[in-house]
Amino acid sequence: MKLDPNKKLDIEEVLKDLDQYRPRRKGWSWRSKIENQQIGAFVYKDTSASLENSIPLPAAEYFHNIDPQCDYVITTEISSGRFEDDLRRMRMAAWHGADHIMVIRTTGQSHIDGLIEGTPEGIGGVPITRKQIRATRKALDAIEDEVGRPINFHSYVSGVAGPEIAVLFSEEGVNGAHQDPQYNVLYRDINMHRSLVDAAESKNIMADAGILQLDGAHNANATAKEAWKVTPELFVQHAINTAYSRAAGMPADLIALSTVPPTAPPAPKLRLDLPYAIALRELFTGYKFRAQQNTRYMEADTLETTVTHVLDTLISRLTSADIQSTITPDEGRNIPWHYNNIAGVNSTRQTLMGIDGINEQLELKKDGPLQAQARELKERAVLFLEEIIEGGGYYAAVEAGQFVDSGYYPERHGDGIVRDPEGGDGANTVISRQPDYGAPVCSHFGNNIYAHAKGKPCDDYGGCTLCNDTKIQYIDELDPEDNVEMRLQIPLAERSQGLLKPEVEKHGDGVVCVTLFVPDSPGCAEQAALEMVKHMGLNNPEVISRRVMHPAEGSVFEIKGKLDIAINKDDLPPVVRVEPLAEEEIEAWVRPRDIHVVAATVGEDEHSVGLHEILDIKHGGIEKYGFHCHDLGTSVAIEHVVDMAEKLNADVVLVSTIVTHADVHKRHMRQLDELVKDRGLREQLVLVAGGTQVTDKQARECGMDAGFGHGTSGHDVASFLMRALRDRKSEQ
Amino acid sequence: MSSVERPDDFELRRAHLRSMSDEALHEYFWDLVDQIVAPLIEEARTHTSPAIERSVLLRMGFSSIESRQLVDQLSKQGLLGQGAGHLVLELAKTKGMTVREAGEALLTGELIP
Repeated sequence: MKLDPNKKLDIEEVLKDLDQYRPRRKGWSWRSKIENQQIGAFVYKDTSASLENSIPLPAAEYFHNIDPQCDYVITTEISSGRFEDDLRRMRMAAWHGADHIMVIRTTGQSHIDGLIEGTPEGIGGVPITRKQIRATRKALDAIEDEVGRPINFHSYVSGVAGPEIAVLFSEEGVNGAHQDPQYNVLYRDINMHRSLVDAAESKNIMADAGILQLDGAHNANATAKEAWKVTPELFVQHAINTAYSRAAGMPADLIALSTVPPTAPPAPKLRLDLPYAIALRELFTGYKFRAQQNTRYMEADTLETTVTHVLDTLISRLTSADIQSTITPDEGRNIPWHYNNIAGVNSTRQTLMGIDGINEQLELKKDGPLQAQARELKERAVLFLEEIIEGGGYYAAVEAGQFVDSGYYPERHGDGIVRDPEGGDGANTVISRQPDYGAPVCSHFGNNIYAHAKGKPCDDYGGCTLCNDTKIQYIDELDPEDNVEMRLQIPLAERSQGLLKPEVEKHGDGVVCVTLFVPDSPGCAEQAALEMVKHMGLNNPEVISRRVMHPAEGSVFEIKGKLDIAINKDDLPPVVRVEPLAEEEIEAWVRPRDIHVVAATVGEDEHSVGLHEILDIKHGGIEKYGFHCHDLGTSVAIEHVVDMAEKLNADVVLVSTIVTHADVHKRHMRQLDELVKDRGLREQLVLVAGGTQVTDKQARECGMDAGFGHGTSGHDVASFLMRALRDRKSEQ
Repeated sequence: MSSVERPDDFELRRAHLRSMSDEALHEYFWDLVDQIVAPLIEEARTHTSPAIERSVLLRMGFSSIESRQLVDQLSKQGLLGQGAGHLVLELAKTKGMTVREAGEALLTGELIP
């Protein structure tokens, strides 16, 4: 399957022949750091190979559209409930630099004792099934070819069906997974014996498949009332899962600690979070670090969240990370919207590019409070471990509520999570292996009569599915109603009719977000805001963010609503895009003709950068094609511009107008047109206006021959001028 | 069991750690972790579960549905301690069948382990 950047992902093609589809590789892919990489005008210190197809950061247009890629793997979590919609989101995220796609499971899959098949719709995530994995992996294979970088596909090996899911992931080429039995025990109330016995098998399977493991310790930050106080316990949770994984056969380089800086402003974040980050990396040298951004203190304000996440990313770079996991800025208020996945990825890579090479210039202090606090955290963690042993081991400690207590250990508040070792989901399901116990398969942990010194345990019957994948049994669908083919009927019909609706999550959801400020007290302003949105034609309006600017002067709201209409693409006017002429062609025509251009920033306006970009040869401006440019500077009166055009017998007048207060830019354009007409020069002169708020349509309405706005290059202007001048000369 | 409440007595408790070097503290940390993990991993080495047995059958080429039915059946008969895959393979060998044939025969009740 091959993707065309100008065409939508063909979901029908993705779903075709899935029973025959096999993954192209197993195991995790890291990015390779390239030291001192020259990209555009800069030498980067912390980057990896660039992409073949990508969308750079917005400001890249000022830097020749460079799109440096950091050396960390970048995660985004994608899960709308319908994997077929998520595939489009994955493609968008990959174009913006994500290469670790984490698919959240549907609510309750932890408690399903066995594998789910088919493609039922999920809630808060997708049901992880063989068909869903194959379709996703197949789409990701095509997407990674399109962007030119391997993409890691990730989900969860937890719940009561862990070992089966681990086999499924190994068979289907899933690259990363969460696996931590403590997560089952503490947060899912799954029986401890069952969780730990299953985990050893799961980890052994994952290790042989090269699947990178993430642990579940970060959940303690997310659930603790005061997240920074749970830090001593986090070391303990990381360590138990790490040591258990090693004992189950997992190598250190497949073990990634999932770590989150615990606090957020207004707390003194770096002062609290840095010692923790340092202590963790010192205690767990040799393991991988998956740095996740904070979710604990996220509210509805996406800008506030973004700043916290920027600081989280700074901590990663100041300490270390192998994966930087991004959190969407809207996760605190709704299931993430797709463009917010992109926002999260972008703010992270913007941060990482902004601080590229910072460790060459800055160093964390090796003495003083930073190290003292790191040491204290380690000692508190050691005391935690001592108490587990004194109390009779792990099971007894959980039973005694030692975990996720809100006290700063050894302080305890008595509010920890308490679990009965003999209770929970799957209690009494662990069975003693008999002396003749056997499992004639590869990647099996523990006592096994088939674990011979020579050969494989599966040699007796021609190999297990991990050795011979033709034996894998593929089930397509079990539910004739709740499946992807049924769900796609409406979207595919709408697409073929050319119907378009706005969306944030799933095809055709119609959701729109409106930002408005209402100048009254918060309660009254909110009611008024909802009414205003109804008048805009949006149904079911709901306030998703509210910020008081002043108790009496007003509040700003973000309101989501549903637009219940579709636009037919066929009814839209055609998009006319004039391709610029080739650079050589422009220069060949312009240079011999001695064409003079008078340029100025007009009015009371001191902006000069934009005009220089268009004129100067060193910025790729129109001078390089042979135009003679006379830059009159800034804050130039229109009369003076016209005087100079007349005096120099110019062919072109280029005015830059950035200030738009009270439509002053439109006034300048009209004034220029009128004055030129008054002097009888209109036939002779091509008039062009430019500025960030100028559009071609508006400029033409104000008497100009063209207008150029944000994102214009010298090439665009030169191409227009040549066409306009050539037309005039042919008319004369 | 109810959880304990306790003030922050870190300064008191840390007395024996204070003089340790960072290296010694790290070593002690991992030594304690290994002590905690040892009995857990031993339990895993010597025990199995329905999910593990289903995962074995999946690897032997049975579907998720077949694996679940076979394990439920063998569990009711109290045979999981020998290993579901083990029972299917040995049955296949005894009867001169393939592993799939033996599994299918168990499912239809044609064969009894």
